[in-house]
Amino acid sequence: MKARFLVPAALIAVLFGFFWYALGGDYDPQLIESPLINRPAPDFVSPALADPKQAVSLKSFRGQPVLVNFWGTWCVGCREEHPQLLEIQKVTTIPIVGIAWKDDHAAANQWLAEFGDPYRAVATDDDGRIAIDWGVYGAPESFLVSAEGKVIHKHVGPMSLEIWRKEFLVKVNAERGP
Amino acid sequence: MKSLLGALLLTVIVVDVARAIDTEPPLPDPQQQARYEALIHELRCLQCRSQSLADSDVSLAADLRREVRGLIAQGKTDDEVKDFLTARYGDYVLFRPPLNARTWVVWFAPAILLLAGGLIAWRVVRHRSALVPGDADEVESAEDPR
Repeated sequence: MKARFLVPAALIAVLFGFFWYALGGDYDPQLIESPLINRPAPDFVSPALADPKQAVSLKSFRGQPVLVNFWGTWCVGCREEHPQLLEIQKVTTIPIVGIAWKDDHAAANQWLAEFGDPYRAVATDDDGRIAIDWGVYGAPESFLVSAEGKVIHKHVGPMSLEIWRKEFLVKVNAERGP
Repeated sequence: MKSLLGALLLTVIVVDVARAIDTEPPLPDPQQQARYEALIHELRCLQCRSQSLADSDVSLAADLRREVRGLIAQGKTDDEVKDFLTARYGDYVLFRPPLNARTWVVWFAPAILLLAGGLIAWRVVRHRSALVPGDADEVESAEDPR
């Protein structure tokens, strides 16, 4: 009776399937999927880091894709990320909009003066409300917003030129259509 | 000696209360305060995954407690507060995940496995009890031709 062995063999195959998925390259158990993907990006209008009398509004960028990047001078990953953002800014016309998440304005301005400024604009989020609206739980986090104002990708952790090319540009091009 | 121990214990208790994580004054309505306290134990702090908002002293947890407190003060129901958070952070913020298309397997797996096991056990027992003593060898040789 060969069929007797087929059932446990199939069960073990299913088990191995689970292992393959969970231990394989692409699955990250720490990652929390954002419910914002394919939803309208939460708008914000907030004083600019460079000049608090000016306001930075996400809506004013409508019509082109935007990379929204949450960072802070208190954040270790952001220091690692910063040179990569400068690289990304060099190779793309897509504006990078920074959110200074619960940061000291003077320290943040000092950081940009010292390490370079990859941002088209930086909005300040002193009480952390913008971060909550975007479901941010640990800086740095980066979101890709489509020209229509939809969140189409999110990356948790430091960005790199490679991630930009492999994950973000693909989405930008897919959104533009053939 | 006893009074010294008592004093020490009291000191520990007093110091511990003073160290409480949630430093905000309570909501004016005691009923709202009770709902607030129950809710923050049901919601996960996303920076320190296994702690609730009530237990965590990271700044994100403090910000989220402030949001929850604000929503309750505005008269929002518990479900509306949970919806506010899941719309931003996903179902992962809830310590009790809802039953939906993604989670039904986890919810029903114990019942399904128990049923399957019971069915197998029942069939084996029925098969065995149908045998007359002495038949066992015959069955085994029939199923395992060697």
